[in-house]
Amino acid sequence: MSNLIFTNARLIDPETGTDSTGWLHVTEDRIAARGESEAPDTGAQVIDCGGHCLAPGIVDIGVKVCEPGERHKESYKSAGLAAAAGGVTTIITRPDTSPAIDTPESLEFVTRRAQADAPVNVLPMAALTKGREGREMTEIGFLQDAGAVAFTDCDHVVANTKVFSRALTYARSCNALVIAHPQEPGLSNGAAATSGKFAALRGLPAVSPMAERMGLDRDIALLEMTGAQYHADQITTARALPALERAKRNGLDITAGTSIHHLTLNELDVADYRTFFKVKPPLRSEDDRQAVIEAVRTGLIDTISSMHTPQDEESKRLPFEEAASGAVALETLLPAALRLYHSGQLDLPTLFRAMALNPAKRLGLDSGRLSEGAPADLVLFDPDVPFLLDRFSLRSKSQNTPFDGQRMQGKVTATYVAGQEVYRRP
Amino acid sequence: MRFAHRHLLGIEHLSQSDITAILDLAEKYVDLNRQAAKHSDVLSGLTQINMFFENSTRTQASFELAGKRLGADVMNMAMQASSIKKGETLIDTAMTLNAMHPDLLVVRHPHSGAVDLLAQKVNCAVLNAGDGRHEHPTQALLDALTIRRAKGRLHRLNIAICGDVAHSRVARSNLILLGKMENRIRLIGPPTLVPGQFADFGAEIYDDMNEGLKDVDVVMMLRLQKERMDGGFIPSEREYYHRYGLDAAKLAQAKPDAIVMHPGPMNRGVEIDGTLADDINRSVIQEQVEMGVAVRMAAMELLARNQRDAA
Repeated sequence: MSNLIFTNARLIDPETGTDSTGWLHVTEDRIAARGESEAPDTGAQVIDCGGHCLAPGIVDIGVKVCEPGERHKESYKSAGLAAAAGGVTTIITRPDTSPAIDTPESLEFVTRRAQADAPVNVLPMAALTKGREGREMTEIGFLQDAGAVAFTDCDHVVANTKVFSRALTYARSCNALVIAHPQEPGLSNGAAATSGKFAALRGLPAVSPMAERMGLDRDIALLEMTGAQYHADQITTARALPALERAKRNGLDITAGTSIHHLTLNELDVADYRTFFKVKPPLRSEDDRQAVIEAVRTGLIDTISSMHTPQDEESKRLPFEEAASGAVALETLLPAALRLYHSGQLDLPTLFRAMALNPAKRLGLDSGRLSEGAPADLVLFDPDVPFLLDRFSLRSKSQNTPFDGQRMQGKVTATYVAGQEVYRRP
Repeated sequence: MRFAHRHLLGIEHLSQSDITAILDLAEKYVDLNRQAAKHSDVLSGLTQINMFFENSTRTQASFELAGKRLGADVMNMAMQASSIKKGETLIDTAMTLNAMHPDLLVVRHPHSGAVDLLAQKVNCAVLNAGDGRHEHPTQALLDALTIRRAKGRLHRLNIAICGDVAHSRVARSNLILLGKMENRIRLIGPPTLVPGQFADFGAEIYDDMNEGLKDVDVVMMLRLQKERMDGGFIPSEREYYHRYGLDAAKLAQAKPDAIVMHPGPMNRGVEIDGTLADDINRSVIQEQVEMGVAVRMAAMELLARNQRDAA
């Protein structure tokens, strides 16, 4: 049974937006108390943080664990270890496995596997339509009963507007959150890059950034029609932001996320066809990246996700157009996000608002906070320690990270889930 | 002269002096190729493998002839018929090739960047014979040599590149090369085939061909790449010919001594009028083919020199 007191900590509290020195007391699986003055003598085990940051554990919406189907790429065990090492205490898994998680039975399988093997909280999402094919909606009610926290077809856009509007309407009656990938599929089909000078120079099939805004505009219109709860998985372009802003102002139940890669990389990083930089949607221009960072700062974009997508070497060692999309990011999410802190663009409470508080709130979870009574899901990290990332040191079964060989700053010292230490830096 | 590149993957990596060096050496081979005895021993003992993952007759023949005239042992591998159908990846193919110890590898592939990928994995010099819609460097070099011989210089010319720029690796390589050599470039075609971002390369874009051809020195036509089109880019071939096909009336806008080029194979009556293509006073299309062999001989000699130096 845990009885811990973290002293001499830099407490990062996204709820109050504060970054201050203090102590935090954990009993059992909850935060019991916190304060700024001298730590009280409670008889608890003392953990001296040495002035390092103590923040709510990261809640990561949109992690792909490749069970069932492709366990050689990532299992619940390897993903869980990677998450713990990255300070991610809750992973919200994607249903884009093979087969897709679209029945209560397959969802139960996933939940059982996760409970047996993963040291962090795992909450599954389920497909919105059967087989993620965009034709018939899944058993949203049963899936909710089985534990699905949201419904998404991941990077498959439900192109048939009638099907999507019915699914949204039905989801509304269940109070279910729908997560969609805003994109006009007619434009983005076959694209490997964002249209512009770089894609033209490299001769890659490209999609206009406008395709994202068109997808979002359609979805917003459907929200006005249906009143559903909606979260856009990744907003990555400047052009989509005014539409999002208007929709929020008009009172629609809409939130939006973005991926860590779109926040920290741009299209030029692809350089000579480096396939580890192939993600979906493709990396954008530097102007778009800056606009998205600013939107995270103002809170227009609510959440930051790793969009952790394991791919094996074979599916990446191909010509760029043929190579698979996606990058692993559970372990690099925090150090990559700290780049924005070190560059002075986002402060730590803002980063943890987007990485912990907002995703938890959107899913109706109690975590993501440092307040009394909140779950003791915590990450202790040193934001300054520099290191060179070696992809083969990652705990994921797949090591397709675009940050391989790059200089990064900030390492997790320890991670706690429900008051239990699940990771300590060796 | 030292050619500071291990491979010839694109024009993007070449400097002005690299380009000039290849063209100067190619001139020597133009002379050689016009003699009765066309043989040289520059590549003797070296093995050249032509690997075409995409159909080609002209380019493959040109590379084969260039290698044979320089004394290399040349082998052709028709890749679209063989191992990729059996599921072999490009990297596996590269490993297989390494075991055969070739010295020069000539590669064409339907995907942009595939030749770069292969070049990272093999031990020999790689010549890009066209990758997707990315680059086709020897085509741009042979076009440059043709222009230089016809116009006496390769700078300060007004050059129009007309037609399907979007799908054309020839257009990209030419745009880069001619830009590096300080020419003014116009891109002419319907906006579906000449996207606006090409203006970022320093080219002027025209969708009216008569206006675009005004006072140009060189008219470079592109083939309409029907096999790369996955949707309606133009309403019909006859409307395309009417608006963007090169005929005598449109050519009259250009300078009286303007030359007409085409990388072949031509779609007569789609992008170019047949009679015009055959007009020996205007068209240098035959000469382009001749320069192709010479330029490829020059490029292979320069890369082989590096190979020998390294050995």
